[in-house]
Amino acid sequence: MWRNEQISKIIDGKRVIVKKPELLAPAGNLEKLKVAVHYGADAVFIGGQEYGLRSNADNFTLEEMAEGVRFASQYGAKIYVTTNIYAHNENMPGLEEYLQGLQEAGVHGIIVADPLIIETARRVAPKLEVHLSTQQSLTNWKAVQFWKEEGLERVVLARETSAEEIREMKEKVDIEIETFIHGAMCIAYSGRCVLSNHMTARDSNRGGCCQSCRWDYDLYKLEGDREIALFDENDDPFAMSPKDLNLIQSIPKMIELGIDSLKIEGRMKSIHYVATVVSVYRKVIDAYCADPDNFVIRQEWLDELDKCANRDTAPAFFEGVPGYKEQMFGIHSKKTTYDFAGFVLDYDRETKIVTLQQRNFFKPGDTVEFFGPEIENFTQTVGTIWDEDGNELDAARHPLQIVKFKVEKEVFPYNMMRKEQ
Amino acid sequence: MKKPELLVTPASVAHIHDLAKAGADAVLVGEQRYGLRLAGEFKRLEIIEAVNVARQYGIRVYVAMNALFHNDKVDELGDYVRFLADTGVDAIVFGDPAVLMTVRETAPHMKLHWNTETTATNWYACNYWGRKGAKRAVLARELNMDAIIEIKQHAEVEIEVQVHGMTCMFQSKRSLIGNYFEYQGKLMEIEKQKYEKGMFLYDKERDNKYPIFEDENGTHIMSPNDICIIDELEDMVDAGIDSFKIDGVLHEPEYITKVTELYRRAIDLCAEQRERYEAEKDELLAQIEAIQPKHRPLDTGFFFKETVY
Repeated sequence: MWRNEQISKIIDGKRVIVKKPELLAPAGNLEKLKVAVHYGADAVFIGGQEYGLRSNADNFTLEEMAEGVRFASQYGAKIYVTTNIYAHNENMPGLEEYLQGLQEAGVHGIIVADPLIIETARRVAPKLEVHLSTQQSLTNWKAVQFWKEEGLERVVLARETSAEEIREMKEKVDIEIETFIHGAMCIAYSGRCVLSNHMTARDSNRGGCCQSCRWDYDLYKLEGDREIALFDENDDPFAMSPKDLNLIQSIPKMIELGIDSLKIEGRMKSIHYVATVVSVYRKVIDAYCADPDNFVIRQEWLDELDKCANRDTAPAFFEGVPGYKEQMFGIHSKKTTYDFAGFVLDYDRETKIVTLQQRNFFKPGDTVEFFGPEIENFTQTVGTIWDEDGNELDAARHPLQIVKFKVEKEVFPYNMMRKEQ
Repeated sequence: MKKPELLVTPASVAHIHDLAKAGADAVLVGEQRYGLRLAGEFKRLEIIEAVNVARQYGIRVYVAMNALFHNDKVDELGDYVRFLADTGVDAIVFGDPAVLMTVRETAPHMKLHWNTETTATNWYACNYWGRKGAKRAVLARELNMDAIIEIKQHAEVEIEVQVHGMTCMFQSKRSLIGNYFEYQGKLMEIEKQKYEKGMFLYDKERDNKYPIFEDENGTHIMSPNDICIIDELEDMVDAGIDSFKIDGVLHEPEYITKVTELYRRAIDLCAEQRERYEAEKDELLAQIEAIQPKHRPLDTGFFFKETVY
């Protein structure tokens, strides 16, 4: 590692990890931010109304960002804002005010690709840390060195980098390194794809990506003027849709490499997804850091991740160059096996009655599972359901409806209830 | 009036003779180990020959080092840069900052052109790379004419714009053609066909054909149409754009030569005899249409197109 950076130490005869990486989670709105922090994220990245790459996400106003920062600070968590478009001339007016607004909202840093935004932030909002976005597709240590010399605090690596490559970067350059551990990803080098621009006149590098890479195509070969199909009638069409990234098995290696921040993708994902993924990785990181030499991955963690997955997953480039098994042909997604059924608002220990906000249909007799950072997962059968005024209901039918029923084990606000489909 | 340079990508050393005679002012060469999506493969020996041929005609040679490099190639960049400097090439084209750092260390007087293909989208970024050492920025193809002119007005570096040929839409590190064959169980096809040119993806909904090929840098997917703005050069000539590029990747050498000849005439007329340019430009376009391969429709790229996001 760089100079004397220490990853682990022997304490009372037992090795423990002293350099614990940051667990960085996505949040598309304030509710997701609160859930991510409550479920154990050390930092959350969000998007503002402008200059970010998900123009379809809810995104935050400056007031919401300030509230998010206040909430996160109660947990000691940080907020980063993605401002990682490649700007066009027309995006320049308003940039200074926007960056000043982020600084005033108290966010810790911004994730940036365009030198215009890097240098403008330095000038008008110097309190903001500047992290280089994966949109720059950083793939070698010397390019990392360049950005270090430019004064950046952190770089987010290209998703095409391997463990061995990251080790060398860490050895040669003293800069914080952030890498992706979970979620959907580009099949192209990020920032080097303009399929959307050509196919739908939407600018992929300004947030307009329409995911043309997930469509089906037919592969042909031109011989003279003849077009020869390179597929048979029964073949699945040509596809380049990657399976989602999942590096749960590699977390120990990533911690030992000294990677500074482990990032979960998914600002468009639900609070159920964010809660599930964050809580699993929180457990893995904590367990490994406490006792790295006796650590084993528990099957229940793998099962838990599967409960919110809407695509098959794979480790991609961290563990080598991905082949065809890490792409999806013929299928585009898998149905999630669980529905997010309710969000716990309150629990009365005397009466054992939970007050819960409905997020999906459930009824008496259904088997439901509760999970959250304060509890071990447990399942139970739903008994009588009442509305807020104590009227008995045949089912919890309405989204966001407040309902009550009896839960034998104690649950806490922000705990979630899911139901197998 | 200042004339923009006419920059062309040759398919071979021999082709440089034809291009120089057809009126090219500069050629872009290189090998796939360091450069992206070139019309020809020029190893070190061919680069030496290319420089010799170019000198005979008084034209310039630029070498592409615009790949995205992983650690494994970083250590050899210095040797290649030193070779290019010793050979006397006129500029190195880069996208990865690792190349910029290497040139600073080993050949600080070498001229650098910044070209990442997709990310040169505003004048500030062009000038930023200028302050880091680049003398020229190659603009992203996804810009319209107004944006290009505005960038030129604010630019402290030379500005290069592609005026003809196909453009890259996508680069993946993954072996996407090989992976498809492997998925189909056609293992024999992988070695036989993976690196062939002439493959394309058909998009039924848009009735588009996107050329696709693999090389050392991964999988590349190209635009379905060839840009051609031989009849729309006035604004950029008037604005003083420094270089017009014809990209010949995946085209026949004879086609590239003929297109070069026609753009030579178009640029000369546009800069020196505007009225004749106006009178002749439709005919110049018609001559390109006449030699255009059937599967490659012409269009005007993003020059006159709005993009939303």
